[in-house]
Amino acid sequence: MTKSELIERIASRQQQLSVKDVELAIKTILEQMSQTLAMGERIEIRGFGSFSLHYREPRLGRNPKTGETVQLAGKYVPHFKPGKEMRERVNESLHKR
Amino acid sequence: MQALTKSEMAERLYEELGLNKREAKEVVELFFEEIRHSLEDNEQVKLSGFGNFDLRDKSQRPGRNPKTGEEIPISARRVVTFRPGQKLKSRVETYVGTES
Repeated sequence: MTKSELIERIASRQQQLSVKDVELAIKTILEQMSQTLAMGERIEIRGFGSFSLHYREPRLGRNPKTGETVQLAGKYVPHFKPGKEMRERVNESLHKR
Repeated sequence: MQALTKSEMAERLYEELGLNKREAKEVVELFFEEIRHSLEDNEQVKLSGFGNFDLRDKSQRPGRNPKTGEEIPISARRVVTFRPGQKLKSRVETYVGTES
């Protein structure tokens, strides 16, 4: 499912909002989620999961073209931990059909 | 530190887009519910600019009860993984942590 399919599915499941309104809402939600992580803050959605940042230590890397060794700085990467309901529902689907 | 939750997301839709509170709450609920529903149907979710939710089937593997040391197999399972997109990764990696 892509973002535009998600928007269509949400629009079809409720009466009040147009596809355009839903599109704007979904973009706003995703932007707020990205901003939150960019500020180093967590996102917690019960039954879905949580997003947080994990730190990656500085390391020596290599330029794949020249083979030259380069020092890579430490950085943060986004991390998602599925919530209990998400884990259970996805895992149940393995045992169905 | 306060984490972002569904109620702040609904609040922002109310303030920025002028959705009424009930619509705002419903859209936020449907957003997460439809993603979960897709994953439950074994369908990957791709949100460009943010990231992809992928599914991985893991086969049974040997495990151990850490307390008793007893061997118990970890059953085959399907799990969700999140791969952040390039745009999200670059927005986040420049974050300078406050705790040293």
